[in-house]
Amino acid sequence: MKANNLKKRKYYTVAVFALFRLAALLTAAALAGIVLFLIIKGAGSISWDFLSQSPADSMTKGGIFPAIIGTFYLTAGAMLVALPLGLATAVYLSEYARPGRINSIIRLSVANLAGVPSVIFGLFGLAFFVTKLGLGISILSGSLTLALIIMPTIISASEEALKQIPLSYREASYALGASHWQTVFNVVLPAALPGIITGSVLSLARAAGETAPIMYTAAVFYTLHLPSSLFDPVMALPYHIYKLATVGTHEALVPIRYGSCLVLIGLVLGMSLAAIIIRTKIRRNKQW
Amino acid sequence: MITHSNVWRFFTKPLMKTRLAPRRGLNGLAGKDIGDRQSRIIFTVLGFTALTALLLIVLFLFLEGTALFIHPAEDGSRVGLGDFILGSFWYPGYTPPEFGILPLMAASLSVTVLSACLSIPLGMGTALYLSSVAGPRVREWGKPVIELLAAMPSVVLGLVGMMVIAPFMQEWWDVPSGLNMLNASVMLALMAIPTIASIADDALESVPRDLLEASYALGATPLQTLMRTRLPCALSGVGAGIILGLTRAMGETMVVLMCAGGAAQLSFSPLDAVRPMTSTIAAEMGETAVGSSHYSALFAIGITLFLMTFAFNLLASFIAGRYSQKGYQAA
Repeated sequence: MKANNLKKRKYYTVAVFALFRLAALLTAAALAGIVLFLIIKGAGSISWDFLSQSPADSMTKGGIFPAIIGTFYLTAGAMLVALPLGLATAVYLSEYARPGRINSIIRLSVANLAGVPSVIFGLFGLAFFVTKLGLGISILSGSLTLALIIMPTIISASEEALKQIPLSYREASYALGASHWQTVFNVVLPAALPGIITGSVLSLARAAGETAPIMYTAAVFYTLHLPSSLFDPVMALPYHIYKLATVGTHEALVPIRYGSCLVLIGLVLGMSLAAIIIRTKIRRNKQW
Repeated sequence: MITHSNVWRFFTKPLMKTRLAPRRGLNGLAGKDIGDRQSRIIFTVLGFTALTALLLIVLFLFLEGTALFIHPAEDGSRVGLGDFILGSFWYPGYTPPEFGILPLMAASLSVTVLSACLSIPLGMGTALYLSSVAGPRVREWGKPVIELLAAMPSVVLGLVGMMVIAPFMQEWWDVPSGLNMLNASVMLALMAIPTIASIADDALESVPRDLLEASYALGATPLQTLMRTRLPCALSGVGAGIILGLTRAMGETMVVLMCAGGAAQLSFSPLDAVRPMTSTIAAEMGETAVGSSHYSALFAIGITLFLMTFAFNLLASFIAGRYSQKGYQAA
């Protein structure tokens, strides 16, 4: 082979790889730019009062405490519903189900549920929870709607974690005379727990940032009082940001918008980051 | 010492004493059988939650949506399926109301296609870089960062599109409004890139090492190995990732609601305001009475959107299965 040709191949490789590098850099720069922009614009309005006070003077003053607490209620409620159901489905799929038609139908429905647009969950929540079951625009309706959204993610993450438990763990448990259920409950589940929790927290962080599903099932722009029961509507951070962005062009709204955005991405990205770091640590210290 | 299994025991100890848990002692064997059978029944029933949820969603979408075609509208006029899908005017407030979703479907598709022009090259470039060019350190950091960005709330991207991109476009291109198809597409691409990059990277990463080594042994350069061995081997996963990323873009609501401009017109110019299906549902649901024909029409849009994303999802799983490596088992 001619030396000339070899050199050409080398330059070609370097050029194309540089192109890939450029794509990765562009992506990173765009998204880092957005985060940085929000930090710079929003940091000024973050204060203890902003986090702990209610809005005042038609949203132009005061804080966003009710929206933060509303988002907390909605996501906590979603977790309380979705984690047991999702975990049970994952346990069924990985520990009980025999491979076959039913198993693949359930898997297909999980995959498709994950692909359904969030606004359709919102429509369903409005038709079923709010109207049909008569729960009204409330924390309960919103939490149940969000629970449906995060369930597929929890199922896949939990199943993944359960699958990684080596067969020898189960065999050792059976060898000690434990039943199938004892093995699942005392050996497999505790070993898979960290993976399940981190996967669930990741899905929960996404749920906290969702707007469309809670728009007509749980959220309102302004409440006079903090919610006192599960049947009360709430303010929620993502919906609050949407409303602040579209409600008007008042000068005083601008810093509150960016401040709310910063709180939301701090919450969502912070939760995700914590889960990712813990997961990386677990993977590193894995005993098998 | 506090380990996670200790924590687990602490919280589940009371649970173990219930009848679900096997009794120990003399009749331990009988108790074990009961616990086993009960747990199998309970988990089998709960295992159907996802399927039930999907069926309920389909049922209620169709119940509310098909009412549009079955019952006459408030003024007595009827809406046919053909008028709905092929009608080019969306005037739900007129008498008689016009429920033609062609402009909405066209807007959804054109926004998705335009965002794909940006998200596929950037997402694939990122995946190829992370899997084959980057060193181990960059890899270790890059993957979690992508995952983190996939969690970026859409309403935040929508706000950035509204507050930053829109004024910028207005100034530079001298268009009447910066809220248009192009703006929404750019922000949608930012949502789709992490999905595409993450799934494509997983697929590239799972190509067995000995295939790559065989390629190198034949004298191929890293680029040739990547393009002729690694990428073709990972094609099924890469294809599925691209389709899932685009499906995510098409089903995204907040970005298009805030950045696309919201004019229900049949237009294919990137600088025109459009109104995709998702944003129509989100914007108008608040002003309709439950059970009115407008309400049913929004659910009918939901059915259309659901069927479109369902088809894309099936296509993704079909591609993932069809072009996956058969007959080669990785060690």
